[in-house]
Amino acid sequence: MTSIPIGFQLINLLAAILLLLAFAMLAQRRVVSLIDLFAAQGFVLALSTAVVAYTTAQPHLYQSTALTLLLKVFLLPWLLHRLVRKLDVRWEFEGLINIPTTMLIGIVLVVFSFNLALPISQLANTVTRSTLGIAMASIMLSFLMMITRRKAIPQVIGFLSMENGLFFAATSATYGMPMVVELGIALDVLVGMLILGVFFFQIREQFDSLDLKHFETLREDASGPDGAAE
Amino acid sequence: MIEIVVVLALPVIGAAVLAAIGHRRQAALVNVVASLATLVAAAALTARVIEDGPLLALGKQFLVDPFNVFLVALTAFVGFTTAVFSRPYMMIEEQHGRLTPARLRLYHSMFQLFIFTMLLALLTNNVGILWVAMEAATLTTVLLVSLYRTPASLEAAWKYFILCGVGIAQALFGTILLYFAAEKLLGAGGGALLWTELDAVRADLEPTVLSLAFVFLLVGYGTKVGLVPLHNWLPDAHAEGPTPVSAVLSGLLLNVALYAVVRCKVLVDGALPGAFAKNLMIGFGLLSVVVAAFLLSRQRDIKRLFAYSSIEHMGIITFAFGLGGPIANFAGLLHMTVHSLTKSAIFFAAGHAAQKTGTQIMDDIRGLITISPVVGWGLALGTLAILGMPPFGVFASEFLILTSAMREQPWATPFLLTALGVAFAAIFSKVQPMVFGETTASRLPVRPAMLPVFLHLSLVLMLGVWIPPFLADWYRSAARLIG
Repeated sequence: MTSIPIGFQLINLLAAILLLLAFAMLAQRRVVSLIDLFAAQGFVLALSTAVVAYTTAQPHLYQSTALTLLLKVFLLPWLLHRLVRKLDVRWEFEGLINIPTTMLIGIVLVVFSFNLALPISQLANTVTRSTLGIAMASIMLSFLMMITRRKAIPQVIGFLSMENGLFFAATSATYGMPMVVELGIALDVLVGMLILGVFFFQIREQFDSLDLKHFETLREDASGPDGAAE
Repeated sequence: MIEIVVVLALPVIGAAVLAAIGHRRQAALVNVVASLATLVAAAALTARVIEDGPLLALGKQFLVDPFNVFLVALTAFVGFTTAVFSRPYMMIEEQHGRLTPARLRLYHSMFQLFIFTMLLALLTNNVGILWVAMEAATLTTVLLVSLYRTPASLEAAWKYFILCGVGIAQALFGTILLYFAAEKLLGAGGGALLWTELDAVRADLEPTVLSLAFVFLLVGYGTKVGLVPLHNWLPDAHAEGPTPVSAVLSGLLLNVALYAVVRCKVLVDGALPGAFAKNLMIGFGLLSVVVAAFLLSRQRDIKRLFAYSSIEHMGIITFAFGLGGPIANFAGLLHMTVHSLTKSAIFFAAGHAAQKTGTQIMDDIRGLITISPVVGWGLALGTLAILGMPPFGVFASEFLILTSAMREQPWATPFLLTALGVAFAAIFSKVQPMVFGETTASRLPVRPAMLPVFLHLSLVLMLGVWIPPFLADWYRSAARLIG
């Protein structure tokens, strides 16, 4: 039996935790815990990037580790917590589909992602190629989360966690994107978050709630409420 | 090289100045001046490229070739005319009490930043930066769509943000896959995402990875192009945002997103032996044309009507690039130009029409021509142009696309012709009563700026009759490049 170096075992372990966290987010009803889970996901991501950087001697990955740590573990969760506090939206919420069904759909998605990732990971020559399937699965699960939640903040957390999945995919397939692109992506995510913060207050001001069920006026056949055209 | 820096720096400076001075009476004028300066710089860049040919600058990070140079000029031009139009338009909106000075400050600086992201997306040679610029374009416009803060506009902006955000995330995954394929040949680091480097080795790129990458890229950027079934955000964002924003979304953003798709298609065509990318684009394009044409007749809101017409035309262009070959590509590039000019002109006219009648509901807009002949004629002529009436340029490009379709994919022609016929009937029957008949319009306190409308329409007319030789040369060499 061939033994796998400890570093790679660690990466596989972290990847598994990442998938577990994605499922936990799918099942979590409380928005504050959801933010904590998102921060935990960011932390695991940073940790796995650091391990990859160490085992493969890719110094530029340390920079992305620092970037991930700063942005996704501290800055974004802090901003989200602040938003939740200011908007006072600590309710528990219902998804469109109940949790067990969502989990079952999630499992199907994981199988699908592993199949989709198989031909690519065979071509990859990185040591982390086996985790590509997990990266795709967490992208799909975040996507599912965005579809099944109808409140604004969980949708945004789904969006951010999809970005985490993409980042993990980039690390496992190619040891990360070029630095200039990574910086650009980080900037976009940060600016996007700030704009959303402003946007949430606008929604709140208008609807007195962040529940997207109020958003049912614009339909394919209707042309919007008359009030908008005045 | 210095021209590229200037073209990119001017809108940023404009945005900073506009954010700093806030909303004064001159702010709209500063916006016009900044846009004019960008246009002049873009013209200088264009002249330079006419003289010296394509150029790579700043460590190969920027690329100007026949394919993007005319889009740069078009973007700067439409940006300028929209700024000219938006000055009286926004003044009227402010008098109607729909906007406050703080929101106008946001509007002006975001408008400049949006132009910057468009130019950056066009000029960059780095596929990763292209993605960053496309995402930034969404971010700069999302608060513009919700500028009126009405429930409907907030919903439209939310939809726009989430759908385009998810779409663009798919495009990022596609870009990662592209980098993954390229890194094997070009080595890790910045070089493996430069389009020119990728183009040089495109025949050796791994086909399976590239086909998967293209699916993600097409779905991702295709969401921004507004291809059916990813088009849901487009009509809402166009209808609920202020009219100048609708004009630049339709006239510029859709073009630039399609530009990104076509750049990627060039790479995939080189790597894959079959017509994989072409067939996908033909399929998406045709579906968009047909679905959008049939949805046109159900619209009641004037801006939604023309938003659906944009989906239809982007479908036609995608279809043309899918066909490929020198003639269809030439027609696609020409159609990109004339659609952008015509559609922004129509939005200008429609915006003023809505202000004059106080509604965007078409049943309540009647007899524009009696109270304001310029707006009425602008809307009527713009509509005739977009419906492909000769001698306007849209006729020339649609004719070329149809004839190439007959030659290469004969089965598609009946679908295209039916869709064009249905679109004609739907739009014409709705616009005719708006222009003629008993009037519901009233005079406005500020003279509307109709000069941009007629400037755009006369350019479209010119392109239908005579294409300047340098432009025809660009179209031809760009068509060769796209393959």
